[in-house]
Amino acid sequence: MTVDVRTVAQRAGRDAPGPARRRRSRPRLTRIGLSVLSVMLGVVVWDLVSRNYTAFFLPSPLLTWRGAVDLVQDGTLWSSVSASSTRILTGWALGVVIGVPVGLLMGCVPWLRLMVDPYIQFFRFVPPIAFVTLAIIWLGPGEASKIALIFYTTVFIVALNTLAGVLSVDELRLRAARALGANPARTLVSVVLPSTVPHVVTGARLAMGNSFLTIVSAEIVAAQSGLGSLIWTARNYAKTEWVFVGIIALGLLGYLFDWILRAVTSRTLRRYGVTF
Amino acid sequence: MSRSGSPVSVRDVDIRFGDFEAVREANLDIASGEFVCLLGPSGCGKSTLLNAIAGFVRPAGGEVTCADAPVTGPDVSRGVVFQSAEALFPWLTVRQNVDFGPRMRGVGKAQRATAVDRYLAMVGLSHSADRFPGQLSGGMRQRAQLARVLANEPSVVLMDEPFGALDAQTRLVMQVELDRIWRETGATIVFVTHDIGEAILLGDRIVTMTAGPSAAIKNVYPCDLPRPRDLTDPASAALFRRLREDIGAEVARTLQAQGLDDGHDGRFAGGDREA
Repeated sequence: MTVDVRTVAQRAGRDAPGPARRRRSRPRLTRIGLSVLSVMLGVVVWDLVSRNYTAFFLPSPLLTWRGAVDLVQDGTLWSSVSASSTRILTGWALGVVIGVPVGLLMGCVPWLRLMVDPYIQFFRFVPPIAFVTLAIIWLGPGEASKIALIFYTTVFIVALNTLAGVLSVDELRLRAARALGANPARTLVSVVLPSTVPHVVTGARLAMGNSFLTIVSAEIVAAQSGLGSLIWTARNYAKTEWVFVGIIALGLLGYLFDWILRAVTSRTLRRYGVTF
Repeated sequence: MSRSGSPVSVRDVDIRFGDFEAVREANLDIASGEFVCLLGPSGCGKSTLLNAIAGFVRPAGGEVTCADAPVTGPDVSRGVVFQSAEALFPWLTVRQNVDFGPRMRGVGKAQRATAVDRYLAMVGLSHSADRFPGQLSGGMRQRAQLARVLANEPSVVLMDEPFGALDAQTRLVMQVELDRIWRETGATIVFVTHDIGEAILLGDRIVTMTAGPSAAIKNVYPCDLPRPRDLTDPASAALFRRLREDIGAEVARTLQAQGLDDGHDGRFAGGDREA
């Protein structure tokens, strides 16, 4: 999982063509070519290493590919991907939708911030995996417990990033807004919220990464479907290649989600300083 | 467009930040439609005084009034042009930035569009109305700030070193433009600057301040030279010298206080007008 957090720093890059801009202007074909070459090299190394071990210990790329074809043909892979994706997207979307207003409120109401702060400082260090058992006890083994865990991991990151965004809004802009006749409520909507957009996007991307970490643990503990479940049940059949298929599917899915998020936000939110 | 400015009055104003006294017993009366320049070395409290007139800073003592009403906070009748163009909203186009004030005040759409077009034209930005601030030059951004303030039709315009970050040529153009715009709108202008030449080009009166902390109003120089003004004109040059000595003494005192000067009074008096 690569979490690339450049949202805020890139803002300066839009006005001034600096080193970042120059680095990016490397021909697209070269960039893609190098990535493809690197992946091919990785597969070759994997293949060479796997020749020294049993298929149970380290399945070869070819065996993994066959495993993937089997899982695609019997529909397991698709149903796992769609089950995990649905949980991630639902929990993550809820977390963003709730996290943003919570962060905004905390940023604007100092006493609320002080009251919520001890909880945030405490739960920051409790990973969602620690709540898997509780989630199942309280919400049952169904979808709700998994979605709640994703929500938990998302809402904190998004709220904290939004809060950081609110606290870093340029005082100058707030003064300008007030002198132009904006009341506090309209300042919040028209100035504070737009100023925090890059922070919100960064938080949402980080949360997406964490959601992938969380979903696997949750599905390993209690689920009949999903990529975590696929990885775990492969053990019962001594099918190590299925574990590899599950891991690769997770990585690709995460990459795809992040790519979509970046593409959508950098296209629609460009004016707010979101550039990738 | 017949509009007149409001008088501004600063009475015995003290401004403190904790234990730090920035301004002490400042007194200043500004007439309707007057262009007053606050001139002084960096850190002398002139921006602080401007912020008090704007209503961003509450004086610890004394009172600021605008149109005979006490100033208790920011208001649309007192527009502020900031030194930094960061005050523009970068996610809005120039047109949307200028439209911001009228929109917040609840002015009708059609009326807003007319006003925005008029002020964009006044500052010469009609052709860049749909660009974002990040795509503009420094001078254009300050024009945009000015248009945004004017669109609210304020009776007082407060300007905090608005041309301080511009290059010398652009600054000269902006000064001439501001002189014209001020005469077109008739608003009262309070203009903070550390540039003596700028103050002479623009001000009806030039107010110098003593070096802070505990800055106070030092001298008031009436300046009734015919407009548009020329700095190479002998009367301008004479005023320039007087102001330079006045400010120079304050700069020298500040440097002495910081231990940077060896005590030769007047060593800085003839010097750095940027100081």
